[in-house]
Amino acid sequence: MPGVTRWLIRAAMLYLVAALALGIAMQAPAAAQHPIMRAVWPAYLHLLVLGWLTQLIFGVAYWMFPRYSAERPRGSEPMGWAAFGLLNSGLVLRAIVEPWHAVGGRGGPLLVLSAVLQLLAGLAFVANTWPRVRER
Amino acid sequence: MPRLSVLMIRTSLLYLAAGFLAGALMLANRGVPFAEWVYRLRPVHIEFLLLGWTVQLALGMAFWILPRFRSGRERGREELAWGAFALLNAGVLGTAIGGATGAPAIVALLGRSAEGLAALTFALHAWPRVKIFGAG
Repeated sequence: MPGVTRWLIRAAMLYLVAALALGIAMQAPAAAQHPIMRAVWPAYLHLLVLGWLTQLIFGVAYWMFPRYSAERPRGSEPMGWAAFGLLNSGLVLRAIVEPWHAVGGRGGPLLVLSAVLQLLAGLAFVANTWPRVRER
Repeated sequence: MPRLSVLMIRTSLLYLAAGFLAGALMLANRGVPFAEWVYRLRPVHIEFLLLGWTVQLALGMAFWILPRFRSGRERGREELAWGAFALLNAGVLGTAIGGATGAPAIVALLGRSAEGLAALTFALHAWPRVKIFGAG
């Protein structure tokens, strides 16, 4: 299993644990009424579908899809690392800033930065995966 | 990789890029508001990523890797899987664009119906292929 895949899948598992822990916290009677917990729902959802599900798919696809070439079986390795770094920096930034912004109205430009990082992660994955999806 | 899988997986990658773009615009707009219409992209974001990307990728992979038949057509009734491809994409586009443009509710209903029929036709295709490798 290539290094990029190991990092993607391990990070995906951490997000699954973190999202489910957040889900418990959102239901806990003592915490549920706190404004920040009511604002955390979008972050919870994206930790699950982006941090866990999409990142797991990225990792498995990078590993298992048909080889690009004998010399570069997985296409561009730097592009794979870029997708990993951009996705996780964007998502962590979002998970921290989005509830803070919803409650206090601050950190708006950081949300823009998070949006750009996540978009670039998706584009990096698509660009590296596209040429590997082909008929034999 | 068979042609239909190439088409499904590449189409799913396009939905991934477009769905990420819609999500990035909405998140950035929340941080630094620049256009009210951006919030109308929500059904595009959800539909493209949940069905256009995730479900379509799974169907494309399943068509490729599920066990094949020893006799007759190796992937069985392929026309059903092609039908699922057409129905799923018509449904995703109808539901997403209908929701984003405020089209009459019948558009979203037709879109969802096409998605449901896509699931049914793909299940009919794949059902006999869910078997022990080498059997039949």
